[in-house]
Amino acid sequence: MTAALLQGSRAIADSAIAAGCRFFAGYPMLPFTDLLEAMSAKMPEVGGTCINADSEIEAVNMALGAGAAGARAATGSCGQGIALMQEAIAEAALNEVPMVVFNMARGQQDYWQATRGGGWGDYRTLTLAPKDVAEAVVHTQLLFHLADTYRAPVCLYGDYLVAHTHMSVDVAPIDFGPLPDKSWALDGTAGGTGHARQIWTWAMGRDDAPGPGPDVHWRRLAQKFATMGEAEARHESYRCGDAEWVVVSFGTAGPFIDYVVEELRADGQRVGSFRPVTLWPFPEAALLEAAGRARGVLVYEVNAGQMIDDVRLALRGQVPATFIGGVSIDSSGMRQGDLLTVAAIRSRVLDAIGVGAGERR
Amino acid sequence: MSNRSTEPDRGQEVRIEGARQVASSRADLQVSEDHHLCPGCGHPVAWRILLEVIQELSLAQRAIGVVGHGCYTNIVRMADIDFLQCLHGRAPAVATGVKRVQPQAAVFTLQGDGDMASEGLAEVLHAAARAEKITAIMLNNGVFGDTGGQMTAASVVGQRTKTSLEGRSPELHGYPVPVAELVASLPGAAYVARSAVNTAGGVAQTKRYLKRAFETQTSGAGFSLVEVLTMCPTGWFVPTAAGPGYLSDSMQPTYPTGPLKDSLRPA
Ligand SMILES: Cc1ncc(C[n+]2csc(CCOP(=O)(O)OP(=O)(O)O)c2C)c(N)n1
Ligand code: SF4
Ligand SMILES: [Mg+2]
Repeated sequence: MTAALLQGSRAIADSAIAAGCRFFAGYPMLPFTDLLEAMSAKMPEVGGTCINADSEIEAVNMALGAGAAGARAATGSCGQGIALMQEAIAEAALNEVPMVVFNMARGQQDYWQATRGGGWGDYRTLTLAPKDVAEAVVHTQLLFHLADTYRAPVCLYGDYLVAHTHMSVDVAPIDFGPLPDKSWALDGTAGGTGHARQIWTWAMGRDDAPGPGPDVHWRRLAQKFATMGEAEARHESYRCGDAEWVVVSFGTAGPFIDYVVEELRADGQRVGSFRPVTLWPFPEAALLEAAGRARGVLVYEVNAGQMIDDVRLALRGQVPATFIGGVSIDSSGMRQGDLLTVAAIRSRVLDAIGVGAGERR
Repeated sequence: MSNRSTEPDRGQEVRIEGARQVASSRADLQVSEDHHLCPGCGHPVAWRILLEVIQELSLAQRAIGVVGHGCYTNIVRMADIDFLQCLHGRAPAVATGVKRVQPQAAVFTLQGDGDMASEGLAEVLHAAARAEKITAIMLNNGVFGDTGGQMTAASVVGQRTKTSLEGRSPELHGYPVPVAELVASLPGAAYVARSAVNTAGGVAQTKRYLKRAFETQTSGAGFSLVEVLTMCPTGWFVPTAAGPGYLSDSMQPTYPTGPLKDSLRPA
């Protein structure tokens, strides 16, 4: 193992290339910009392509074309840029083109955008939310594997901390096992043979070889997403076994919660931490397992309260969920403001579990 | 379509039925006669020419078509080549991704005026500016045919559509966008031409231009675009037989045909 001290964006770029990504297109927008710059510096070294596109709409459609032609392709953006990409992300889901979308969000305000999407149709986008740079390196490679496994667009939910923190990481290729072949990919060679390939959301096929059509095709896709929902949920839990209170958070907020849990445990409070690693599929069964016997679940996210919907769905009314996060951002639009601090989280947890000021240490 | 093309037709069967001589209008790469479009539509004429060109340049096993949203999308159902049906307006960006990872392929887009001039003008201009080695084909009938005859960015002044009932008025609707001229103004565009399929001469011209466009791509010279004027009697609200005449009278004054740029031609 060879570890190197890398900035998160650079580490993700190296990891994507280690995973075999050979096509990348993007349009600058902080904090995604550093990933675009890293890709444009690195891709030529491996004979790949990185295009500084002229809009996010171009970038995501380029990635879709490259994915359809068989390459491991990726794009990315942030906030409004991801909003512009939603049409094509949905299209890739519906016409089954694998690609990876690096959603380097500013903070945590884009949970709904990531998990609900803004495209049309019955589709889902598997989304991994790393807690730090090291996890982002692993997630990056896992995402290329999952995209090819399911022939679907998949997303990384990063943020400013993931994009800009430096961490010592190993970006060697990771083997996630065998993959289905890509005989569906377009290379032009089948023309005139009677077996030319088609990638088409409507799946109508040719007059001499009719396709299943949208009704059958989209039912099959719904089944595929249901299968992914069952098989791909991932989570991390910390000291939930005997916890009276379980704090749920995602992404880079997770390590802050773990730290607070550690402190409160030392004070004798029975608290635990639960983190969905996949935002979709949300690890519902695991959360119910971890928190089903708790007195309450506290949801900490740095936004007005988005993930709490999924938490409540998972808990099925068996355990009450209380929101302890909130909107918090600085004037640059990047840093998480005053709320993402151990002191602020600790005091909100204590308030919620009814430990009065006089009993606090 | 008419069988009076000045170019030799490959793969054409002629059979005698009683006193009539019947010529099949099917190109080799066509899998059925049924084009799914209206009688008198110009798109199937353009498709046939396109498929003949691909065959004659021996590109059948290299071609990848990236098709937008319009009546021409139906080519996907009747031609035996690799196709990617993509989002409205985005074909030049999608084709860029395809071409960059399959550089040996002959990658073309098939789009309409609504697709290219209205929804996707940015994509085609940037692909041309980047000198992408792809061939973009715009079938310009000056109307959104597929959605039933509304005004596009390419509808000509005076043209009556469902959203310009009294005719396109510069005051109310502004002026049409000449895509071929815009693209030709960009250094990255190596070959640009405009043709029409309303006459036998126009069919022959379209075929020459499309050949040249694909040769531009395979020679690596840069971006190529052919704007083909096609009949849409349904969307023009004229009788089927009046389509070709309407095209020459109302569209061609705004959209002159001919080559606009040819970087392959020796200086
Ligand atoms: C984003 C989006 N907007 C609108 C449409 C609806 N739509 C489908 S075909 C079409 C018209 C296409 O016009 P054109 O490209 O000129 O093709 P024609 O049918 O005239 O050949 C439109 C607007 C769509 N499919 N996608
Ligand atoms: S509406 Fe116009 S473009 Fe569409 S099939 Fe009919 S004639 Fe052709
Ligand atoms: Mg049209």
